[in-house]
Amino acid sequence: MDKANSLMRAFRRLGFDGWAIGAVAVAALVATPLIAVVIIAVAPSGDIWSHLSSTVLPLYIEKTLFLLLGVGVGTFVIGTGTAWLVTMCRFPGRWFFNWALLLPLAVPAYVLAFVVTDQLEYAGTLQVWLREIFGWKNRQDYWFPEIRSLGGAIAVMTLVLYPYVYLLSRAAFLEQSVCVLEVSRTLGKGPWRGFFSVALPLARPAIVVGVTLALMEALNDFGTVEFFAVPTFTAGIYDVWLNMNSVAGAAQMASVMMVLVLALIGTERFARRGQRYHHTSSKYSTLPSHRLESWTAAFAFVACLLPVLLGFALPAGVLTAYALEFYSDTLSAKFFTYAANSLSLSAIAAGLAVLIGLFLAYGSRLGGGPVVKAATRFASIGYAVPGAILAIGVMIPLARLDNALDGLSQQVLGIPTGLLLSGTIVAVVYGYVARFLALSYGTLEASLDKITPSMDGAARTLGCTPGQALRRVHFPLVRGSLLTAALLVFVDCMKELPLTIILRPFNYETLATFVFQYASDELLEESALGALTIVAAGILPVILLSLTIVRSRPGHPAGGMAADTGPEVAVP
Amino acid sequence: MRRNFLIFLIISLLGMTGAAVMSGTAPQEVNLYSYRQPFLINPVLDEFTRRTGIKVNVVYAKKGMLEKLKAAGANTPADVVLTVDIGRLNELKKAGLLQPVRSAVLENNIPAHLRHPDGLWFGLTTRARIALVSKNRVKPDALKTYADLADPKFRGRICMRSGKHPYNVALIASVIAHEGEEGAEKWLRGVKANLARKPQGNDRAQAKAIYEGVCDIGIANTYYMGKMATNEKKPEQKKWAEAVRVVFLNQGGRGNHINISGAAVTRNAKNQVHAVKLIEFLSGDFAQKIYASQNFEYPAKAEVAIDPLVRSWGDFKADTVSLEKIATLRATASRLVDKVRFNEGPGS
Repeated sequence: MDKANSLMRAFRRLGFDGWAIGAVAVAALVATPLIAVVIIAVAPSGDIWSHLSSTVLPLYIEKTLFLLLGVGVGTFVIGTGTAWLVTMCRFPGRWFFNWALLLPLAVPAYVLAFVVTDQLEYAGTLQVWLREIFGWKNRQDYWFPEIRSLGGAIAVMTLVLYPYVYLLSRAAFLEQSVCVLEVSRTLGKGPWRGFFSVALPLARPAIVVGVTLALMEALNDFGTVEFFAVPTFTAGIYDVWLNMNSVAGAAQMASVMMVLVLALIGTERFARRGQRYHHTSSKYSTLPSHRLESWTAAFAFVACLLPVLLGFALPAGVLTAYALEFYSDTLSAKFFTYAANSLSLSAIAAGLAVLIGLFLAYGSRLGGGPVVKAATRFASIGYAVPGAILAIGVMIPLARLDNALDGLSQQVLGIPTGLLLSGTIVAVVYGYVARFLALSYGTLEASLDKITPSMDGAARTLGCTPGQALRRVHFPLVRGSLLTAALLVFVDCMKELPLTIILRPFNYETLATFVFQYASDELLEESALGALTIVAAGILPVILLSLTIVRSRPGHPAGGMAADTGPEVAVP
Repeated sequence: MRRNFLIFLIISLLGMTGAAVMSGTAPQEVNLYSYRQPFLINPVLDEFTRRTGIKVNVVYAKKGMLEKLKAAGANTPADVVLTVDIGRLNELKKAGLLQPVRSAVLENNIPAHLRHPDGLWFGLTTRARIALVSKNRVKPDALKTYADLADPKFRGRICMRSGKHPYNVALIASVIAHEGEEGAEKWLRGVKANLARKPQGNDRAQAKAIYEGVCDIGIANTYYMGKMATNEKKPEQKKWAEAVRVVFLNQGGRGNHINISGAAVTRNAKNQVHAVKLIEFLSGDFAQKIYASQNFEYPAKAEVAIDPLVRSWGDFKADTVSLEKIATLRATASRLVDKVRFNEGPGS
């Protein structure tokens, strides 16, 4: 008894309590597939590295860095720029853009890649039209940029990934206290200076999360870079795995990628060590808004319209046209089952990911020290790992567990149980959570960061347990971000392909796997109906949640679009 | 609230477990891991079920099957694997995941060179990797061999899909098998120098590029040609097919490189008898006719007629180098693609 107590005290000194232990346990569970990948990587892979480094490795690194640079800059500029415009400025169409800017999120990157190529290649609409206008006869008569290129991949990924940055920075702008902006104004700074020197730095944690998510997604993408023939590091991983038959080599490359991602995140954290981003005032009045006039309004309108047009209207339009023409080839009664499968899997995974994300983010906020922080950080980099590799990481521990249970059951009960979890949707959902925890954890961590610890202190002084404080204090304050997190995970699960394909049960199709059987042979027309349904299924939650997030702004009068009415009077 | 959720979770886990246990013991089933797209094989599988009463459960995937079979070990639910390339079959064999099958039906239907000597795998169809050449811009007989593809006279005139695609990897492996690694490297450098653009698209896209004037010669599997030429829904593809002529290569020498689509029974198959029955059915008249007429492949069973369109391209001499040898050389071929930086395209 005494021993147990002193052990507990030792744990406490290391920053461990019930929450911390729970957080580490949950993080370990989520991180098991990642650990499995690292374990596979320990096996020898022959001379693969020397082969790679003497041939294509420099190329992989170069292309990957440029891809990340392009997507990073692109999503940052479009995401924060449009978020600021729709949050703080008044111009025609602003209410519409408020939610429409999220729509490209529902479009899978590889689908946009197909559509863009279909429209912009030699036989595509644009070039046919150009040839007609200028009387060009063939390819040699004019120059047109190569679509299947690094530039094309950057453009496509930026267009579908900027909504992460938009969503998170908009949430940050909405959650900001009006005080700091008023102070900035009182000090004589204009709206531009207010944006660059106050709002943007204050929103840094959220923006960083958004850009990090976009970059991780760009890093693990295979469909788009394969289609555009861009040799990135991830393309190399698949090549080593499938063509050189070395799963160990592939796992090693994936592990290197995980280390790099962790190092990058760590560097950013280090760069803003000691800085705090929470709002110290609880004065959440309606945000002020700048009315834009003529030219500036027109600029704002175009700046918001272009991403929506290219990232959503174009693919949706083209897919609709093809779906109408080809639906008879692909529509079957089962189609609705596929849609139901997609929706339910995504909803379950989104719910779980948000619960776990909140638990981990709050657990590491409560203290817990470096162990908890490291565990949660590690658990949320599954997003940077190529999906099919992560799928192997999911299947191996699950199969081990199943086989162990089977052996035990045969010994004790004499009944074989076979595989209980692998090859069921439990495996798929597990994979989704392991892959997308970064989305929910990152979103919620950034949101909790903005709540001043004095709130926690006050709640605890008034007798709340950490759990009660979470429920009664933090939960209402981060409600908007909870929805954001759920939305991100949901939409990403709808689009998810490699994990679903590998881990799903027999005879089980989702919309994404249904699309894949055509898309894998570049049959855009036949895949249109399924792809369009994925997009459509993503739209409704996007719109609903976007509205809820605006309403959930602290101090926001329920039910109205106050940002539109915009009385600049503080409501206490 | 939280307790309700937990209860819900436990109940659904138990439910799934129950379902899994039940389905594991259900009779009259066979479970299939397929590298082939469902819309291609479903009609055949439906007919199999109709005739035998055996239900076929399918998962379609292009990656991770081997790891899945390995991880599940003795408990794997999969009975049959269906692939579109010899490489995957050989990997499964090497990993010890297949079992030998003795079947008079299979031995009768499938010629010996298209199946493993111990019955570890069976080829169901063959496809030839041919040249498609522009009818207008390439004279008949200008291109006759794979070696010609590296001839400087075709500089800037060849289109190909990624050198890393399994079909091209197998083709390069066949060149290694005949000419050794050095010879193959020299050849591949020559082909790369002749490329009109960075390797991209699928085989169909190469015919399209010829139609559009990007290049004059493409490399493709035979059945793509059949599918384009008969595409009623997308008539523009008929134009692509009309723009090109089919050329079988090395007809005076070692013959045209071929690959197979095939099937195998997994080592730990629970429904072994049904599994063999399914592969026998796939090698039989009904399935072979569908492969031939709907996917324009060459049926493995000699008695089944080749599609008239495919026959119109003429008979050809197939490369007889062993498929296993090609499969073993895949990793070398893949490295060669890296070494000559093939996928970066001409001028790199």
